[in-house]
Amino acid sequence: MSVPEDRRYSKEHEWALAEPDGLILVGITDVAQHELGDVVYVELPAIGERVAQHAKMGEIESVKAVSELFSPLSGEVADVNADLKDNPELVNESPYENGWIIRVKPDDVSELGALLDAPAYAALTE
Amino acid sequence: MTPDGAPPLREAAHNRRRLLMERSRPGREGVTLPASDAPPQPMPDAAMLRDGLELPEVTEGEVVRYFTHLSQLNFSVDTNFYPLGSCTMKYNPKVNEAVAALPGFALAHPAQPERQVQGALEALFRLQTFLQEVSGLPAVSLAPLAGAQGELAGVLTLRAALEARGEGRRRKMLIPDTAHGTNPASAAMAGFQVVHVPSDSGGDIDLGAVRAEADGDIAGVMFTQPTTLGLFDRNALEMCRVVHEAGGLVYADGANMNALLGRAKLGQMGFDVVHMNLHKTFSTPHGGGGPGAGPICVSAELAPFLPGPVAVRRDDGSYGSETPARSIGRVGGAQGNFGVLIRALSYITLLGADGMLDVSGNAVLNANYLLAKLRPLYDLPFDRPVMHEVVFSARKRPGATALDVSKRLLDHGFHAPTMYFPLVVPEALMIEPTETESKETLDAFVEALHRIDAEAAADESFLHGAPYDAPVSRLDEARAARRPELRWREPEA
Repeated sequence: MSVPEDRRYSKEHEWALAEPDGLILVGITDVAQHELGDVVYVELPAIGERVAQHAKMGEIESVKAVSELFSPLSGEVADVNADLKDNPELVNESPYENGWIIRVKPDDVSELGALLDAPAYAALTE
Repeated sequence: MTPDGAPPLREAAHNRRRLLMERSRPGREGVTLPASDAPPQPMPDAAMLRDGLELPEVTEGEVVRYFTHLSQLNFSVDTNFYPLGSCTMKYNPKVNEAVAALPGFALAHPAQPERQVQGALEALFRLQTFLQEVSGLPAVSLAPLAGAQGELAGVLTLRAALEARGEGRRRKMLIPDTAHGTNPASAAMAGFQVVHVPSDSGGDIDLGAVRAEADGDIAGVMFTQPTTLGLFDRNALEMCRVVHEAGGLVYADGANMNALLGRAKLGQMGFDVVHMNLHKTFSTPHGGGGPGAGPICVSAELAPFLPGPVAVRRDDGSYGSETPARSIGRVGGAQGNFGVLIRALSYITLLGADGMLDVSGNAVLNANYLLAKLRPLYDLPFDRPVMHEVVFSARKRPGATALDVSKRLLDHGFHAPTMYFPLVVPEALMIEPTETESKETLDAFVEALHRIDAEAAADESFLHGAPYDAPVSRLDEARAARRPELRWREPEA
C-alpha cells in the first residue's frame, strides 16, 4: 500500500497535504480505499461549511458499507471535488491525486503537526 | 444429447431469462375487451402525456409463464438453508398461517366495537403477557410495525421518560461499534447525539470508554445482547450500572433474543427498554416475505410513555385497547401488524415454556457446531463459545474473500451468510444457522465450505468468477450502484 512522504495522516485514514496557496488538500488513504472496496458514493460537505479536526465531514459509501469521513484538521471548506459525484471510483483509482475529497482553508496550520507522518502511518496500518 | 451432437435448445432455461418486454410481439393480445357501448369521446391533444405506453403485447399464457418462472427463482427458507447472520431465518411453521387465517382474526376490523372483538383483544393481551415474561419487563406495546420502528419508538419512550424526570437536556446516546446500523439512525432520528463506543480486546463493550462518557449529558446507551459478534457481552451488567448511576437509561436491541429465550431476561440485567423482532425470534415471515413487528417492552418508569394502543384486561374480565396516559403517540394505524402478532402468539403458545428453552438451546448448539467444524478454514476474531451465531474472518486466502465464498455458496444451493458486518471484523462472514436446521443440513453446508476452500487453494482466481450455476453470474455491484439502469430499454438495432 502506498504512503506518500509529502503529506500528513490521521488515525482515521485521511491525508492532508499543504498546498503552495496555503490551502490544505484532504483525501482518504490507499489503505482506506482498499479496505472500503469499490466506492459508489461520496457525500461531500458544502463549500463554506466549517469542519473540525477529527470530526465528521461527510460519508463514503462502498459496496461493502457506509463509513464516515473525518476531517484531519479544522477550518472552512474552500472547495470540494465535484468529479466524485459522477466518478466516485476516482477514490479507488487515485486516492492521493484525482480522488481528493475537499480543500480546507485551515484555522491553524500547526494542527498538521499533530497528525502522523508517513512512516508512523505506515506502521499504524501494518 | 441428440444423435447429431447438437445441444438441446434448453428452452426452459431460456424462458426463465426473457423479460416480459422481450416476449412482446406487435398485435398479440391477452385480453378481449367488450365492444364499447358509449360513443367515443375525442381527447384534446394537450391532455395527452405521451404517444404510447410501450406495454408488452403478450398472451395470458406468456404472462403466467413469466411470473411463474420468476417465482421459481425465489430463494426462501421454504426451499433452502438460509444462514444469513443477524436475520434469524428460521423456518416459519405453517400452523401459524392457519391460526392467523381463522375468521375471528382474519375478518376482524379495527373499528369494530370492543365487545365484538374480545377474542382478538385477548390474543393481543396474552402476547403482551408472554413478551413481559420473556423480557422480564412489566409493560409492552405491540404497536411498532418493524424492528427499526421499534427502536425509534423505544428511544422516543426513553426520551419521554428523561423529560419527565426533568432531564430532557441529556443528549448523548452511546452506541457500540458492533451495533446494527439502525441503532445510530434511530438515536439520531429521536434527536440524540450518537457517540460510538469501541469493543475491548475480548469482544465485549469497552467499559473504560463507557465510564469516560458517563457524565451529566449522557441520555443512555443502545446495546445489543448478545452482540452482533454472536457473543454474550460479559460487561453488560456493569455497563447498565455505570449508565444508570450517571442518570442515563439503557436500551437493549433484542434482535438476538433467539439465543436468550427462556434462559436470561434482559430486564433483570438492568435494561429499561427492549425491542423484539417477532419476525426473527418468534418465526413470523420476514421483510419482503411479509410485514414485520417490533414490539417494545419497558420498565414501570417508562410504561406511561409507551406508544398506543396497548391491550388491557379490565376489572370485569373484559378486554380493551387503550393509549397510555403520557404516550409518545401512535407509530402506526389500528392494532399494529395484527396478523403478524397472531402468528407469534401461535408460535409461543404451541411451543410453551419448555419449547422456548429448546429453541434457544438448539440455536446456540447449532452455532457452536458450525464454529467447531469451520474453524480450520477461517480466522475466529474472538476465540470463545458463541451464542446464536458465529462471525468468522475470511482473510486467510486472498482467493477466498468473504464475497467470493458467499457467491460460490449460491452454486451449492445455500444462501450466503451476512458478509462485511459487523464492521469491526475484516472480511466478516456472519453465520446464523438457527435451531430449525438438522445436523445433515449443517454438515452439507460445512462440506460446501470445505470444497470452496479447496477450490481457492487450487486456483486463486477461480472463486472470483462465482457463481457459475446461478441464473446470473458475478454481478458488477459497483457499476450497478454507480450507474444504475432502472428501466428496460429497447436494444439498439
